[in-house]
Amino acid sequence: MKFSEIKKRADEEWNQLQQSSDPTIFIGAATCGRSAGALKTKKTFEEELGQRGISANIVEVGCLGPCWAEPLISIQKPGGPNVFYKNVTPKKATELVEKFIAGDDPLPDSALGLVGDKGKYDIPVLWDLPSFKSQQRILFRNFGFIDPTNINHYIANDGYSGLEKALSMKQTDVIEELKTSGLRGRGGGGFPAGRKWEAGFQAKEKEKYVVCNADEGDPGAFMDRSVLEGEPHSVLEGMIIAGYTIGAQKGYIYVRAEYPLAVRRLQDAIQKATDMGLLGKNILGTGFDFEIELFQGAGAFVCGESTALTLSMEGKRGMPKASPRPRTTEEGLFDKPTLLNNVKTFSYVPQIINKGGAWLAEIGTKDSKGTAVFALTGMVNNCGLIEVPMGLTIREIIYEIGGGITDDKTFKAVQTGGPSGGCLPEEFLDTPVDYDSLTAAGSMMGSGGMVIMDETTCMVDVARYFLDFTQKESCGQCTLCKLGTKQMLNILEDIVDGKGQPKDVNILLEIGEAVNGGSLCGLGQSAANPVLTTIKYFRPEYEEHIDKKRCPALACKALVSYRIDEEKCKGCTMCVKACPVEAITGEKKEVHMIDQSKCIQCGMCMEKCPKKFKAVECLPGRLNEGGK
Amino acid sequence: MADKVQLTINGLSVTADKGMTILEAALRKGIYIPHLCHHRDLDPVGACRLCLVEIAGKWTKIAISCKTEVTEGMVVRTETPEINEMRQVAVELLIADHDTDCLKCARNTQCQLQRVADHVGVDTERLARLREREEKQPIDDSNPFFNFDPNRCVLCGICVRTCDEILNIHAIDFAFRGLKTKIAGFGDKSRLEADCESCGECIVRCPVGALTEKDYKKPTHYVKSVCSFCGCGCGMRLGVRHDQIVSVKGDISSPANRGRLCVKGRYGFRFVNSDERLTSPLIKKDGKFVEADWDEALDLVADNFSKNKGEKFAAIASAKATTEDNYVLQKFTRAVMGTNNIDHCARL
Repeated sequence: MKFSEIKKRADEEWNQLQQSSDPTIFIGAATCGRSAGALKTKKTFEEELGQRGISANIVEVGCLGPCWAEPLISIQKPGGPNVFYKNVTPKKATELVEKFIAGDDPLPDSALGLVGDKGKYDIPVLWDLPSFKSQQRILFRNFGFIDPTNINHYIANDGYSGLEKALSMKQTDVIEELKTSGLRGRGGGGFPAGRKWEAGFQAKEKEKYVVCNADEGDPGAFMDRSVLEGEPHSVLEGMIIAGYTIGAQKGYIYVRAEYPLAVRRLQDAIQKATDMGLLGKNILGTGFDFEIELFQGAGAFVCGESTALTLSMEGKRGMPKASPRPRTTEEGLFDKPTLLNNVKTFSYVPQIINKGGAWLAEIGTKDSKGTAVFALTGMVNNCGLIEVPMGLTIREIIYEIGGGITDDKTFKAVQTGGPSGGCLPEEFLDTPVDYDSLTAAGSMMGSGGMVIMDETTCMVDVARYFLDFTQKESCGQCTLCKLGTKQMLNILEDIVDGKGQPKDVNILLEIGEAVNGGSLCGLGQSAANPVLTTIKYFRPEYEEHIDKKRCPALACKALVSYRIDEEKCKGCTMCVKACPVEAITGEKKEVHMIDQSKCIQCGMCMEKCPKKFKAVECLPGRLNEGGK
Repeated sequence: MADKVQLTINGLSVTADKGMTILEAALRKGIYIPHLCHHRDLDPVGACRLCLVEIAGKWTKIAISCKTEVTEGMVVRTETPEINEMRQVAVELLIADHDTDCLKCARNTQCQLQRVADHVGVDTERLARLREREEKQPIDDSNPFFNFDPNRCVLCGICVRTCDEILNIHAIDFAFRGLKTKIAGFGDKSRLEADCESCGECIVRCPVGALTEKDYKKPTHYVKSVCSFCGCGCGMRLGVRHDQIVSVKGDISSPANRGRLCVKGRYGFRFVNSDERLTSPLIKKDGKFVEADWDEALDLVADNFSKNKGEKFAAIASAKATTEDNYVLQKFTRAVMGTNNIDHCARL
């Protein structure tokens, strides 16, 4: 079938949905939405509509991004705008059916925003909201709007037209477009994609491979998952274009087995693209053959590293190969030239081909083009997945898109780049987010994790948390990473336990610098970053833990105390009953006392003390038995 | 001289063969670069991170010398303050993770970790701050010939690569992740249950005391010999202590085996000093074996051969005999005994 025919059919189906005389309900049903209860909400809609005999289209779509608003759905009535509703529980769904679908009240208070002509609705335009205004949605453009399991939805929204165009171009021209775009690898390293593709093209071997790295393993990162679940075809299309460009006939997607929905979506997408002649033999009648196979990773973090990933695919133990070594584009999977890119990198390609490299090059900064995708988490009001132009400052991300720090607390640090990234303090709030600025500040872009910390976060504990992850996930091959991270973790655990020793900070720095300087792979060479950057920017906090045995953030249990304010305590015995170790004494209507020698600092007393009294306070440092 | 490369290591001019690594060139010149995971018979992996060197150039860089090939005019420094610091940390980490009861170790004084530590030195204060493992791991003594002590293992992977690259058996590999990483048979099986053939090639190459022979006694000197177990003629060096053979090494100079041995050659030497070893012929008289002298025994055999010529005779030749001896036996069977009933144990 010609592409023009495929496109025509897709457009027809899409237009039918757009111009439907029935209301359409889009349910955000990616993993994030589902875990928030999207499928229950969907069921409620079906039941409610069924009972009322209203016919409607119900479409499962990908994730729009704002996790804080899940389950997130949108309703488009015939001729009306697409109205997004936040936190749609089954109860809310019932209300929406009753008031909005059956009635005419769009329930503005429950709405997040709308897309399309505002008309009579008193609901703000979604893209004008502070949390969306600074975003620029390129990868995310269709998230929340199309059904990822419907290939026609994708095609009707310019899908596979990049492939059609690329197949009519010379391979070198495709590479030129990529070079012009300035696209850099989105897996973390930031290697220019055009140069990598060129190296793949120039590799002399007949047998070559295209591999998509979907082994997203950073704790708290879910950017790739969202792309795979929200628009799997964009990844496939990017890979097929890559296969055509470098001269490969086979592509693999190395996807985590822990992403079952992404796996299903990919399997479905591969099948549908193959059925339509967009994948497989003789693609779009051009004589070009390319097939894509899924490979499910078994969950080792280190397998996200390129050489470990290819070894793992060959059935061997996933351990990085030491440099000097040939580039993957020279010797990769099965020792053949292999083009290995991240999910997001591939996902950009169709649009670059469609709109030209110069289009992307206009977005972003001098050396970091396009958009950056972050999983914004931690102590911000609006957690979620965001896509911003490169160069936006951390401050804009936190205070505009993120809606500021939770409970109006004070910002303390931002951690980017996943477990190998670094923690940056307030003075870096105006740092633009791009590859080079973040690296210069001592952190890194990484694959897109961004954790915001407030005053209640202890930086020693943060370093301990990340080190615990890296040492567990070390492949076990190289001395410095395997043993160095564990010894640093031991020392950090001592510090948060109040057993820190005077020279610990120096020893941490010495081991950390050796680990970063001498480890075998990129993950090892950045494994100490959480420790090194927290010491660099928060050294007094370490010293307070070690020298004064106090945790100023009140986060390290061993280094805080609980005390009952005699003035405020009304003797309600709530804390006495709550204490699991019977450390609190005092009869009803008498002032209660905490026996510091028995107290295990669990904080139950503070939690249970009625808000109107607020008699229990938490103090840094350990009080002696007399409460001093 | 196109296949020679001239480079400078620590200010010394070094001539190396093209394709050699910096480490090989340095070691040949007598310049010691600390290393644990390098072995000349095996492909380099660069895991121990001890052989880091500084290579001058447009961008001065630090690289592992075991994997970096020499290039013409290269200027290498094996010890700089930065490298020494990283190396020292690495050594301290290894020591903290190692059972350092060296006097009880069979590899004492021949241990590469001792050599590295001796060369690099340690910061005793920092080392004291490092924590040893809380739990000792059990020693795998399932194999009848050798023990594996994971508490002394530095995870250099030499045993794994030996089994894979030299033997093509791959009986062992790395298992688990992070600090739990260890060398194990498939499915974490013991050495005895793994596909191990007990050839002992890994024991010879283990740089530390993780893989050691059972009942090891240090020889006082070595005697060149040829293995008597089969016709291959593997060269061996018998480790002798007083009048006893206590260990066997493959002879690197022997073209038959280039230093390699199998389980029989390496561990099958105890028969030499066994009390049960026959030192004179025995003749069965009245259902009991009785010692005899050689003349009496050979006469008996010759007599019986004469009586049993033809199809009732059969001979089975041994793989322990040389090709020439086996040839003579088949000739004897056919020409003297008059039968084709000759076979060989290796034909099975």
